[in-house]
Amino acid sequence: MIVALELAVPASPEYIAIVRLVVSSLASGRRNLADQRIDDLKLAVSEACTNAIEAHGRRGTDEPVTVRVLEADERMEVEIVDHGGGFDPDRLPLHPPVTDPSRLDFERGLGIPLIRTLVDLARFERLADGTKVRMVVFGGPADDAGDQTSEIIRAVLADGE
Amino acid sequence: MELGLEVDDSRSPYTVLAVKGEVDVYTAPRLREKLVELASQGRNQIIVDLEGVEFLDSTGLGVLVGGLKRLRSNDGDLGLVCTQARILKVFEITGLTKVFTISGSVDEATAS
Repeated sequence: MIVALELAVPASPEYIAIVRLVVSSLASGRRNLADQRIDDLKLAVSEACTNAIEAHGRRGTDEPVTVRVLEADERMEVEIVDHGGGFDPDRLPLHPPVTDPSRLDFERGLGIPLIRTLVDLARFERLADGTKVRMVVFGGPADDAGDQTSEIIRAVLADGE
Repeated sequence: MELGLEVDDSRSPYTVLAVKGEVDVYTAPRLREKLVELASQGRNQIIVDLEGVEFLDSTGLGVLVGGLKRLRSNDGDLGLVCTQARILKVFEITGLTKVFTISGSVDEATAS
């Protein structure tokens, strides 16, 4: 696995749109993925970042959230690492069925089920002080990867040099 | 990033709220405030037009669910207009297509 990009993102809601843009631009420029798969990844990344940023807010830490994009021949991975204290992804509250009127009492808690549905592989690892979410989409590199790398990505990569 | 929120009062008894842009944890509070404001003005038949929405995540879904609950508890309803596959998909995955009435156009949503 090669790290294609690593970003330290301030744990504040206004930065999530930038993370979505960067990850989806990288995916569409460098990987052979259908637009629909890129939309799925974009949504999964948004959900994971939202959880990370909210966890930082609850814990009152001003540390950044780390977003890492890794590439291998047959897949692309996005890791979101937070220092928000961690949670047990297997012990999330279950929603009543949608046909039950009490379903409307639940406005939250859809993020993790969405992540699991949207990407090919999702792993939630507990860290000492937070969570690492790994999201994998399978698909080889784009035939012309590199040439298609968008202006945005070039700017972001240049900024890190 | 701006969230466009435009209210159309011309389709009484319905109030149409056209949303434009990206609905996420940053912008969703503005959508929530607008829905609360409209409901507090006694408008209990609200159609949220999502045709101008480029992105919607679970925070946006949550705000719409909250709005629906508020209006239904007031004998009203919150309907949606959406034909974009990528936005509809979020409702489908979460099963919320069974909770909301989703129409193909504002005309269709306000026809009854």
